[in-house]
Amino acid sequence: MRRMGLLAKVYMVLIFSFMYVPIAVMAVFSFNESKSRSNFTGFTLSWYRNLFRNDMILSALGLSLVIALVASIIATVLGTMASIGIHSMRRGARNVIMNISYMPVINPEIITGVSMMLLFVVVKNWMGGKIFGTPTLLIAHITFCVPYVIFNVSPKLRQMDVRMWEAALDLGCTPVQAFFKVVLPEIMPAVLSSFLICLTYSIDDFIISYFTSGTLQTLPIAIYSMTRKKVSPEINALSTIMFVVILSIILLVNANDTRKQKKLASRD
Amino acid sequence: MKKKVGCLLSVLMLVLMLSVPAQAAVEVRDNGYDWERFKGQDITLNVYNWGLYISDGSDGGMDINKEFEELTGIKVNYTTYDTNESMYAKIKSGGAEYDVIVPSDYMIGKMASEGLLAKLNFDNIPNMDLIGDQYKSRDYDPNNEYCVPYTWGVVGLIYNTTMVEGEIDSWDALWDEAYAGNVLMFNNSRDAFAIAAKRIGLSMNPTTVEEIEQMAEELKTQKSVVQAYVMDEIFDKMEGGEAAIAPYYAGDAIIMMEENPDLAFAIPKEGTNYFVDAMCIPATSTNKEAAEMYINFLCETEVALANCEYIGYSTPQVEAEQLLPDELKNSPIMYPSDEVLANTETFNVLPDDLSAAMDAAWSEVKSFDEAGNSWLIPVVLVVAVILVVVVVWRKSVKKKRNDY
Repeated sequence: MRRMGLLAKVYMVLIFSFMYVPIAVMAVFSFNESKSRSNFTGFTLSWYRNLFRNDMILSALGLSLVIALVASIIATVLGTMASIGIHSMRRGARNVIMNISYMPVINPEIITGVSMMLLFVVVKNWMGGKIFGTPTLLIAHITFCVPYVIFNVSPKLRQMDVRMWEAALDLGCTPVQAFFKVVLPEIMPAVLSSFLICLTYSIDDFIISYFTSGTLQTLPIAIYSMTRKKVSPEINALSTIMFVVILSIILLVNANDTRKQKKLASRD
Repeated sequence: MKKKVGCLLSVLMLVLMLSVPAQAAVEVRDNGYDWERFKGQDITLNVYNWGLYISDGSDGGMDINKEFEELTGIKVNYTTYDTNESMYAKIKSGGAEYDVIVPSDYMIGKMASEGLLAKLNFDNIPNMDLIGDQYKSRDYDPNNEYCVPYTWGVVGLIYNTTMVEGEIDSWDALWDEAYAGNVLMFNNSRDAFAIAAKRIGLSMNPTTVEEIEQMAEELKTQKSVVQAYVMDEIFDKMEGGEAAIAPYYAGDAIIMMEENPDLAFAIPKEGTNYFVDAMCIPATSTNKEAAEMYINFLCETEVALANCEYIGYSTPQVEAEQLLPDELKNSPIMYPSDEVLANTETFNVLPDDLSAAMDAAWSEVKSFDEAGNSWLIPVVLVVAVILVVVVVWRKSVKKKRNDY
């Protein structure tokens, strides 16, 4: 690789600081003694202590994590099945279905959120009972996650050689066995990455959750509602912890990958 | 790999579990109120309040919801909102069924007139007699049927004494060229229009579209001195000395003045907005009596005191007010004199046409002088059409070429 010129280096530093300086500032102020977000008055860990005693924030975090996990698992399974179905359609039908599944992604979130809420209200009036809460939140999150899975998995399916699948059948696999032994391993990277995308979108989502959560609240809703008074530094502390956890998971995964690759390389 | 993630997660769980609060139980008034009649019935109350608007046990204060759960055996599902309007949208649409909500004055009037609120049964709220009479039966609830006051306060000017000459006593300061670039303004139409109205001697509850236009003109002339339209960023900007003057709520001003001793607060002589946030029960509540018990609990002296200390806004509960430290109790900011209060106004519900006019005027004020907004949408449309045409044309050219 060619060595980088000065300009390229400066550019890279700029881009990275653009992404990471805000996070660093946030982390620093989670240790600030006063509530101020502009003056650093002294070091303290009390925001972290308060955070772990704050039931409201913790239960909001818990709900966000549970919804994100369950919704992304279901959405990944549904989306993968959908892409396989779409893949084996005729060309015309496939184009139509693909374009329809684009719609929720292009749609502004607020439209998705409001229309889902209206739908749930209709269902509630029709069936009676309390449906708003975890079920509606889950349905909404699965709904907006599925298209992302389809767009991630479909290209991978197109890359796959269909003859591999046929060969597996020729060699005596049942269609189900052929799917799990040949097709799934082939598209696994795409399935995994779409699972992660769903997870992040679901944890991030504010607008759609706001309209469909009933009397529950996810973490983004809890944080947003603090803006009349002042967002508490406990949120800085929580965000710092989440950042560190995610960063360490990524580092661990990458370290694992490199080790595997080295092993492969040494075997060759 | 899996093991490592599992390890991390279990450490996190352990830390989560190690949060053990230890507090003495709250002392309630001894008037034969049966707090335990719902025990063991597995009732959950859905409470919807402003963000950071209840003492939650941080800073060594009382964790009110937990105390209530221990006293009554009723579970509290406590959630929060950021504006009256977002709360209203949720209740109105039927997307959620709450048992206790805390709207502000004008929103109470609006919701009551639309039949969204239930009439309270004050037999279940005996502590209503601890609420000062001056906070009851105001315009938004003339017969005292729908709400129990929770907090109140006034809007005033908070300013930095090192950046401002002399004392400030008028809204004119927010229009003063001398502070150009150092003035902050409310980023919410109702509060911003109220200030403009008071400055030109109008009521903050306009009755005609012309009045709204006059206020909007006033706000447009102010725009050249305004540094930013903000809400909670006011805290940082004022504490950090980044701006000289800003309008804000009295209770929050006290918090800012604790952080930065250079700050001072003034209630302008033209009069100002007096706001009340009060507890109500939506008409859809299925646990009305338990909700009334919750409201009664929040009016207990010890609870109201803990809340007042945590939130920083003035309390309408007279016994709690008496128990406050002297510097707060006698503070002209928290508890202004009767003459000052006589010169204040509460927001009323605006009729639909006026509130639409105000919304329109507000977005006009905000976009005023920021050239380019009026032609933005047509230009975007034209660009989109051109793009589509180009794409279609290129495709057909390609197709023709491939046909050869």
